[in-house]
Amino acid sequence: MPTRKRNSTRNRSRAGTVASVLAGTLLLSGCGPADGTKTLTWYINPDAGGQADIAERCTEEAGGAYRIETSLLPSDAASQREQLARRLAAGDSSLDIMSLDPPFIPELAEPGFLAPVPDDVAESTTQNVVEGALAGATWKDELVAIPFWANTQILWYRKSVAEAAGLDMSKPVTWDQLIDAAAEQDKYLGVQGAQAESMTVWVNALVESGGESIIVDPEAPSDEIELALQSPAGLEAARIVSTIGNEGLGGPGLATQDENTSMINFQGDNGSFMVNWPFVWPATNGAVEAGTLDASLIEDIGWGVYPQVTEGEDSAPPLGGISLGVGAASDSPELAYEAIECIVSPENQAEYFVSNGNPPANTEAYEDPRIEEAFPMADTIRESLEQSAPRPQTPFYNEVSTGIQQTWAPPAQVDPKGTPEESTEFIISVLRGEQLL
Amino acid sequence: MTSAIPARPVSPDLEPDTTPGVGPGGPSDKKATAQYSDRVRAERRLGWILAGPAFIVMLAVTLYPILQAIYESLFQFRLTAPGEREFIGLGNYAVILSDGVWWSALWTTLLITIVTVAVELVLGFALALVMHKALKAVRGPLRTAILVPYGIITVVSAFAWFYAFDINSGYVNSWFAWLPGIDSDLNWFAQGPTALFVIMASEIWKTTPFISLLLLAGLAQVPDELTEAAKVDGATWWEQMRKVIIPNMKAAIMVAVLFRALDAFRIFDNVFIMTNGAYGTEVLSLLAYRQSISRLEIGLGSAVSVLLFLCVLIICFIAIKLFKVDLAGAQGGK
Repeated sequence: MPTRKRNSTRNRSRAGTVASVLAGTLLLSGCGPADGTKTLTWYINPDAGGQADIAERCTEEAGGAYRIETSLLPSDAASQREQLARRLAAGDSSLDIMSLDPPFIPELAEPGFLAPVPDDVAESTTQNVVEGALAGATWKDELVAIPFWANTQILWYRKSVAEAAGLDMSKPVTWDQLIDAAAEQDKYLGVQGAQAESMTVWVNALVESGGESIIVDPEAPSDEIELALQSPAGLEAARIVSTIGNEGLGGPGLATQDENTSMINFQGDNGSFMVNWPFVWPATNGAVEAGTLDASLIEDIGWGVYPQVTEGEDSAPPLGGISLGVGAASDSPELAYEAIECIVSPENQAEYFVSNGNPPANTEAYEDPRIEEAFPMADTIRESLEQSAPRPQTPFYNEVSTGIQQTWAPPAQVDPKGTPEESTEFIISVLRGEQLL
Repeated sequence: MTSAIPARPVSPDLEPDTTPGVGPGGPSDKKATAQYSDRVRAERRLGWILAGPAFIVMLAVTLYPILQAIYESLFQFRLTAPGEREFIGLGNYAVILSDGVWWSALWTTLLITIVTVAVELVLGFALALVMHKALKAVRGPLRTAILVPYGIITVVSAFAWFYAFDINSGYVNSWFAWLPGIDSDLNWFAQGPTALFVIMASEIWKTTPFISLLLLAGLAQVPDELTEAAKVDGATWWEQMRKVIIPNMKAAIMVAVLFRALDAFRIFDNVFIMTNGAYGTEVLSLLAYRQSISRLEIGLGSAVSVLLFLCVLIICFIAIKLFKVDLAGAQGGK
């Protein structure tokens, strides 16, 4: 399941994207200069065509120094990682530039699969970058990838429901307030309860909002990793997940609900509050324009920062996005980093946000006037990014995440006391090689 | 997917004396070779020359990976930690076989195999009878119609079944709401039994045509004289079926069961698309995938694959033993 949620118009236009990327690639390779211009391959995650546009712009700006060709990766983050990790391990020299999901960066950085970032590039590309995105691109105190765009979940709500519950949405609200409001009005809370990456995203945000991190020391070797799931923050996370699951507040589809299905429920009659990525906005607007949703829905949608676990303590919203890495086996890492400097320029980031709905990692890009128009919640997104916390930064992220998914889903089976312990024991024994995943 | 029609002594073979069903690469009868004329020997040689390259390619793409997997399974080896590769003997096997995850995946896989093959055999036989008895005029369109599900790519049919049963986009809940236990709040993929039901139904829908095709071939080989004789003797339809037709197509039935059982045992696509192994629907192929592809634990994943391969061999062994007895029996009666 995709963690980095993109606007859903993309889902519809994916075939078109693939076609246009293919066509672009063919055009580029067919009509490219024959003078030996170095071709850099950029492995991109599927989007609405924004990365291909940027590649074209930067190729033009390079004035013949290099040419960027894009190559499409699979649609979900886990499959992207599988393909990149296998290629990197095999020493594939075509991996010049890669769009990387932050949780998987340590796994690739630890064995030296990523080319080191030159100091001057690190300096020039990290000015004004939000802290969470920077943390996600760092491994063992060293920048190993360049933040490109940063994603975060915010709280979406139906104004009518919030009003009926008497909640003051101008201030941060707590999970308990949302649970009470949904229960009183017999509405569904939009959370992601499927056994998928989105479950880890939710649990991590709850634990981080409670002031702990799932992994105590992320840099520890696999047999020394300690988890904080049994801490008060972990127990509180289990209580919230279990309450929503057991009281049926997530609706009957909760056990298989991902970001997209929770958005569809939120748009329906039972919608109330939902934690989700910003793609919700362009997707809902698109559905209204297409006539599948009522126009009055847009007026009823409000937004705020991710709900708090403890009243008065800032929440730590989920962080997603993409950073750019260079393969260690690339033939021309210097040129690749030069191209990355162009790709991540604030102008390109702003353009990418407006055209594709993916928020910039660089705060400077938010000053672009077009952003406020396309995304009225841009300020909330920016605030959320500043508060956000990354998922565990460990080379064993896949084990930790899958272990959480297998023990915390479905939410109705979560036991506020037993699950954190069960989860901890399971993950630890998988990491020690004593159990299968 | 391999699809061979059950071999009965029908095709005019180059060597009519040898066991039917043994192609190039199978055990050749050395004693018999001496008796062959030069022409037959030349034809045999030509046969090897023609089939030899394919045979070598087969060895390269099947035997080599199998040996490599067996070798890798003796190591603790993670693709992203190439420096920490370590020989641990049968350690991976000990981890797997002492883990409940393996056993529950094995039982789920066996359950899927047994249920789907049993249902498909009954349905497939009925369809084969229909195709066999159909009037010449409708035979072509009928066979095509029955074979359509088999022609659909499994991933596509898995998505179609998934969306039909999905709680948000599916229509099954509203169409079948009159059945007890089904209502608009039933989330088919949220618990093992209902999810397995959909997975098995999709599997059955998709591969029944295959089994019916194999059975049709068997049915066509039952001599009409036998059924006519039985009819003259006053045998009822059921008696003809039980005493004449089924015994005469036992070999075809066994081949159909073996092929489908092996296929069903290696089920992957349907589970991967519909539940990704969530909520008690994990099967062995998916377990192997999770270890070697997702976790990049080459050693552990290879060990799971080798064990999966052993299970397949055991099924083959059991089936072929039975199959051989039947084939010999059928021939002896001729």
